[in-house]
Amino acid sequence: MNDDPILSARGLTLFFGVIPALIDVDMDLWPGEILAIVGESGSGKTTLLNVLSGLLRPQSGIVSYRDPEGGTHDVHAMAAPLLRTLQRSGWGFVHQDPKRSLRMNVSAGGNVGERLMAQGARHYGDIRARALDWLTQVEIDADRIDDLPRTFSGGMLQRLQIARTLVTHPRLVFMDEPTGGLDVSVQARLLDLIRSLVARLGVAVVLVTHDIAVARLLGHRIAVMQRGHVVETGLTDQVLDDPRHPYTQLLVSSVLQA
Amino acid sequence: MKGYNFAYLDEQTKRMIRRALLKAVAIPGHQVPFGSREMPLPYGWGTGGIQVTASILGQNDTLKVIDQGADDTTNAVSIRHFFARTAGVATTTSTAKATVIQTRHRIPEETLRSDQIIVYQVPQPEPLSRLEPSRVETKRMHALADYGLMHVKLYEDVARLGQISISYDYPVLVNHRYLTSPSPIPAFDNPKMDRMPALQLFGAGREKRIYAIPPWTDVRSLDFDDHPFRPINAPQACGLCGAADSYKDEVVTDDRGGRMFVCSDTDHCERRRNDAA
Repeated sequence: MNDDPILSARGLTLFFGVIPALIDVDMDLWPGEILAIVGESGSGKTTLLNVLSGLLRPQSGIVSYRDPEGGTHDVHAMAAPLLRTLQRSGWGFVHQDPKRSLRMNVSAGGNVGERLMAQGARHYGDIRARALDWLTQVEIDADRIDDLPRTFSGGMLQRLQIARTLVTHPRLVFMDEPTGGLDVSVQARLLDLIRSLVARLGVAVVLVTHDIAVARLLGHRIAVMQRGHVVETGLTDQVLDDPRHPYTQLLVSSVLQA
Repeated sequence: MKGYNFAYLDEQTKRMIRRALLKAVAIPGHQVPFGSREMPLPYGWGTGGIQVTASILGQNDTLKVIDQGADDTTNAVSIRHFFARTAGVATTTSTAKATVIQTRHRIPEETLRSDQIIVYQVPQPEPLSRLEPSRVETKRMHALADYGLMHVKLYEDVARLGQISISYDYPVLVNHRYLTSPSPIPAFDNPKMDRMPALQLFGAGREKRIYAIPPWTDVRSLDFDDHPFRPINAPQACGLCGAADSYKDEVVTDDRGGRMFVCSDTDHCERRRNDAA
């Protein structure tokens, strides 16, 4: 196990006009680790995710990514082709709304195969076999491989998006509210699936959620955000069982006890 | 013809188009924007091709114009006539005698030589246009050589139909770099583009783009390793000259269901019949 972080951010600051979205945010993510970012709406969680993944440029601060060979790259200074290669193979992005990343007029198999083909896979049989394998891994029936995503339910779409993301075995996946908008039983199955896949593949994950329960279930470490600041970080259980910062205390105490 | 410049276009316009052509030749398969002019011809009839031809035509050139392989269809006859009147150049229907060949939807059967130029009329220069509607995005995809999307289309074809079902305008990769539309020529003609000795120029008038494939450039039709590219052609031999290896059109001959397959390249068919006679 290497002790260097796979992704680290220093001093990230970004204002939307006068509204502070990120203020001097530092963050480290180690290989194979799930970091949950929690906080209320508008606290800067999604902005942080977009900045970390290179989709949004911060006004100051740097994000550096360490590749498997040990070289480090400044994500926002990287050449566009290299960044795109990373984004379509070494990294993955799971959106809250699967329709944002899926192609709705392309079959499930084509959706899963796209990232393989973007990487240069040119053998139809292989692409199809791997698509089939991944559909099974995310518990989608193999005979739905040629169906269009618009015939899928919300939970299936989200699982399809996860298959499409993980098919290239990324080292780092960004997830934005992956269980948002799904009913509780579907959420539970999906969380279970994410947890087992991520553990088996050893993927590092930055997970943004407003749901403390999701953070507790998946996260190894947690970062609590409020108005653009990271107010508290630490091991998930430690932070949630013994919150230090008043805001974290409020957040934890506001969860309904089932 | 009095009152018109040689080959209709004014010299400044020709200069602008030649600049675009030079850039296009320097970056094989890359689409170069140009200031397309109004031509005395509707869009879709070859306004791009005719501007490229006008810009490269010299007084000693011999021009051949084909439309779907034929020298005697409306589009071919009128463009040939146009240049005969405005440039006074010699015209021909013989592929071998021509120095410049303007074409719509075919490449002649006869192998072209290095002293010839073929000009294609292109309706839609962007091979990704049906898959990605945004020009900003397709430009970025070309810049990053990010062509996975095109293979998704091929994947969908094989998954649904068991084979790649594109029969014309079959996308090619030029010089191992740029994804390029070969214009709506049949997939049958794609292999002729690969390492062709003649210079290939493409003009899209409405879309205002020019691109080129220099002589002896690698042109590969996209495919899968286990579903290789197949040129499609009618299995019947030509009903007139008996050729089996040329591209055929199916022609309805009467109103009682009579039909025959004939060479789409009329010059090729005629030459074969004359040789046989």
